[in-house]
Amino acid sequence: MIEISHVDKWYSSAFQVLKDCTTSVAKGEVVVVCGPSGSGKSTLIKCVNALEPFQKGDITVDGTKVNDPKTNLPKLRARVGMVFQHFELFPHLKIIDNLCLAQEKVLGRGHDKSVTKAMMLLDRVGLKEHAQKFPAQLSGGQQQRVAIARALAMDPIAMLFDEPTSALDPEMISEVLDVMVDLAREGMTMMVVTHEMGFARKVANRVIFMDRGEIVEDAPKDDFFGKPRSDRAQKFLSKILSH
Amino acid sequence: MNYNWNWGIFFQPNPMGTGTYLDLLLSGLALTLETAVLAWIIALVTGSIVGVMRTLPSKGAYWFGFAYVEFFRNMPLLVQLFLWFFVLPEILPRAAGLWLKQLPNAPFWTASIGVGLFMSARVAVQLQAGIGSLPRGQKQAATALGLTTVQGYRYVLLPMAFRIILPPLTSEFLNTIKNTAVAITIGLLELTGQARSMQEFSFQVFEAFTAATILYLLVNAVVVTGMRILERYVAIPGYITGK
Repeated sequence: MIEISHVDKWYSSAFQVLKDCTTSVAKGEVVVVCGPSGSGKSTLIKCVNALEPFQKGDITVDGTKVNDPKTNLPKLRARVGMVFQHFELFPHLKIIDNLCLAQEKVLGRGHDKSVTKAMMLLDRVGLKEHAQKFPAQLSGGQQQRVAIARALAMDPIAMLFDEPTSALDPEMISEVLDVMVDLAREGMTMMVVTHEMGFARKVANRVIFMDRGEIVEDAPKDDFFGKPRSDRAQKFLSKILSH
Repeated sequence: MNYNWNWGIFFQPNPMGTGTYLDLLLSGLALTLETAVLAWIIALVTGSIVGVMRTLPSKGAYWFGFAYVEFFRNMPLLVQLFLWFFVLPEILPRAAGLWLKQLPNAPFWTASIGVGLFMSARVAVQLQAGIGSLPRGQKQAATALGLTTVQGYRYVLLPMAFRIILPPLTSEFLNTIKNTAVAITIGLLELTGQARSMQEFSFQVFEAFTAATILYLLVNAVVVTGMRILERYVAIPGYITGK
């Protein structure tokens, strides 16, 4: 579904954020990307839907080459859902309109159909009764669930999560993770940047560990948590799992 | 000071045969309002376009916006009006220059366009700041949903940016009204112009300019109140700067 091969990215000629990154996410697979901050994990998943440009290598999503200038990027992005660390709901739109905007303007879906779809998804994330509220009237966890519903409203073929729980209070993390676990169990293709190792243990098929722009480890979940091959991954795991 | 106060002057007929001196001032007020409204429309429309251009990734658009703003805001308004009114017709090809000079209501059009362009540079800078103050993730979220750049601005960025810059825009609208007084120098008989002619006909200089002052204050009070109501109308429930 997502093929990343030999991707290099420089912010300036001196600073390389991604170094020869190669990995893939198969249909229905859940891949967790972890690593210390500044390791390039967010940058890598933002390259997948071309939110960030990269200079070398190729990324293909469902057979479409992301870095081909001829690719219709808005069309491609509409098929890949993305959830951000800071939710990024549109503050001037009601929850229901946040979910309907792209359905109507990008997919050309009729208003009634969009509303039906939106209400179904809001019900699914447990926020149906908040449809007429504005984002600022919801808690962080609720906003992030709305953001997931907004991405799902586009009927995506894959979902990208960029640290979806990092900006949340601890008590709100589980309500967001629950939604993500359900999604994973339903067979959604997911690439998730997160430090939530519990989530990785529960639903991930593979775990990718990044450090300084490189993919240091790319292993099936059990191998990764059992015996990480690299020192750096071992150190990282011992630090975040010791509490 | 040897001065004969005569507040009754307003109800005496003016020598133009167009009613009383008050009518003279009110006709000036009407012209001030017409000029200001047209100038404000020009300032908002062109200022918004240029302001957006200054936030686009395209280098060309940015440099055009930069040059436009620096040209219009770094020259005194008075000089700009002289340029459009006296210099432009001379440097155009003869036929075009002649057409310009013979245009009916030339001072009105020159003042509206001149003040409008002058103010548009200021609107552009404020809109740029408003867009710049939005979290970077907002644009990314819009893009990730498949919205095109135009749709992203239209439905996501501009509705928030304009809400944020409403208070400073109120000041710019007031400045637009006050700046139309400069048009007296190209022969536009707006409020200040009519106060001057009242002074010349009647020698009641204090009464004339007291009345003009009060009329300016009243108009601006109406604008301020109107903008307050607008601010409250577009405020977003729960959103902090929307209060």
